[in-house]
Amino acid sequence: MPHRTFTLFILPSMLAMLLFIALPLLSVVVQSFFVEHAQVLVQVETCDPFGCKTEIRVDAGAMQALNDQEPQGRFNGLGTYLDSAHLAVTELRAIWAGAPDMATGLSQTLNLPFYRALLFTLVYTVVVSPLSLGLGFLIALSVNVLPRATRGGVVYVTLLPMIVPSVIGALTLFWMIDQNGIIGAFLRWITGDETLSIKASGALAWATLFAHGVWSNAPFVFIVFFAALQTVPRDTLEAAMVDGASRFERLRLVTMPHLAPIATFLMLILIMDNFRVFESIIGLTATAHASSLSTLIFFALRGDTPLFGSAAATSMLTVICIFVLLLPSLRRARTSFRTKA
Amino acid sequence: MTDTPRAFRPPLYLVLLASAFIAVWLVAAALPFVWTAWGSLKLEGDFFSKVSWQDALYGPRTQALTGSAFTFQAYHDVWVGQGFWRQALNTILITLGVTAVSLTFGTLGGYALARSTARYAFWILIAALVFRAMPGLTLVSGYLLPFFEWNLWGHQWTTIIVLVALNQPFTLWLLHSFFLTIPRDLDESALIDGCTRLQAFRLVVMPVMWPGVITTGIFSFLVGYSDFVICAMLLSEDNQTMVPKIIGFLGTTQQPGQVMYAVAATVSVILPLLVLVLFSQRRIVGGLVAGAVKG
Repeated sequence: MPHRTFTLFILPSMLAMLLFIALPLLSVVVQSFFVEHAQVLVQVETCDPFGCKTEIRVDAGAMQALNDQEPQGRFNGLGTYLDSAHLAVTELRAIWAGAPDMATGLSQTLNLPFYRALLFTLVYTVVVSPLSLGLGFLIALSVNVLPRATRGGVVYVTLLPMIVPSVIGALTLFWMIDQNGIIGAFLRWITGDETLSIKASGALAWATLFAHGVWSNAPFVFIVFFAALQTVPRDTLEAAMVDGASRFERLRLVTMPHLAPIATFLMLILIMDNFRVFESIIGLTATAHASSLSTLIFFALRGDTPLFGSAAATSMLTVICIFVLLLPSLRRARTSFRTKA
Repeated sequence: MTDTPRAFRPPLYLVLLASAFIAVWLVAAALPFVWTAWGSLKLEGDFFSKVSWQDALYGPRTQALTGSAFTFQAYHDVWVGQGFWRQALNTILITLGVTAVSLTFGTLGGYALARSTARYAFWILIAALVFRAMPGLTLVSGYLLPFFEWNLWGHQWTTIIVLVALNQPFTLWLLHSFFLTIPRDLDESALIDGCTRLQAFRLVVMPVMWPGVITTGIFSFLVGYSDFVICAMLLSEDNQTMVPKIIGFLGTTQQPGQVMYAVAATVSVILPLLVLVLFSQRRIVGGLVAGAVKG
């Protein structure tokens, strides 16, 4: 295809991606170096019959003028990255200088908002991705031995947790585990403990979030693995059987190697998706116990005055984390392209 | 099953084990939705009973107050009382817009990527993959300030184009892989017959591409329909879509019955999806497989 035609065909798509993905990334970079204007304070003398006193007030008019003039705020360099809401360099130094041992130092570090969110995001990604892969694989193997007639129905129900918007799915789970919801109330009834609440416990809140993650990710894995299972070469399976391989050996030595490249790809997708965990935290109202990098950005933008600088700095740190996570697979894609060329 | 050789057939114990496992999974997959649908027909005092968990099953308060075990009270309250139909209309608008624009851009781009042999086509696909990894919220923090400044915030068309752009990497990959399945000879013979590229694309390739386009369209539809964060951030209160609105019901201070607005609205959001999956299950499965295996 001539370059000119190619350009014309790809133009709308490329423009959309450049304008709304690439450009915002640049805008995030710029914004992260700026911070909201300092409040313009004025001394006001108010006098009443009992005397005069001076007050310090925010000059709203001057603030407005300043914001109109420089909407992105004032230049802050790397200040936002290093402040207490992000990398918290000073706080870290203080913690590790005064920490009596590793454990205290670590727990104090993880109380800092950014590190707390980073920890949850990483743990979530590391726990939920392989579990989803495993559950999806098990469902695919099981459906594969069931009679053909049952497949349509099973696939239909299995698709639901994936198709329903994540935040909606999380809500339905949330209402069930609510203290007065069916599971929550049932647990109270069974244990006889009237104060028992799944929501109140940090560990249980994390467990629920993980469960929701696996629940909503497994269907996708199942669909892809199930399709791939139908392409396992019959001949190889038969040959393995002639050689006396048991059912389990055939699974381990023929089927699983056949699925390996797909599993790698699925893992990549799962890691990308799970790293942006956000909606389930909102849906399960778990913000008290869990914050992710995405919720940090969301709440920075959602406050009374949106903190663009802070949100941008967190965004940049998120993007850097994603690049680090994706680097191995990108490198592999490049080498495979080189060997092809 | 007739074409399966006897030796390949799974032993009975394995079938039983698999059936039990699948049964447990199906309950886990469907129960939250079934339960929420059931509860949406009760009053709050029963669905979230402080007295006994069995109240949600039998609905004594619902029976006492409405005279029947089921009531559409919550649906009436949210659709009529809270004007949820407005959010439904907005959702339809956003969803249709996203699907139409996404498919137009995507088919053109996907076709070009599938037919180009140049090296940059590969790099564009890789770039799309990297873009796909960018969390929507990261990008939102880049849009928000310029959108406020240039008065682009709060308009439906801005939200549509942003959703299209964010979803374009996936759309491109999917359509590109569908176009690859259509033989090159088809458009090349059209070119020889004197068609321009655009004519070949429009008159020869597109007519055989409909299955791929419909599949991709379903995914674009789901993007517009399900989106929470972009709509919550970029739309104003009066042109909000359904999903962010439901979170809005829960966000404000709890009033009696407020939870039931959200419950009824949630079921209202889920029902169309049940119908969609019923009619397009094969396409959804095909699209997921094509996107994953070839992408």
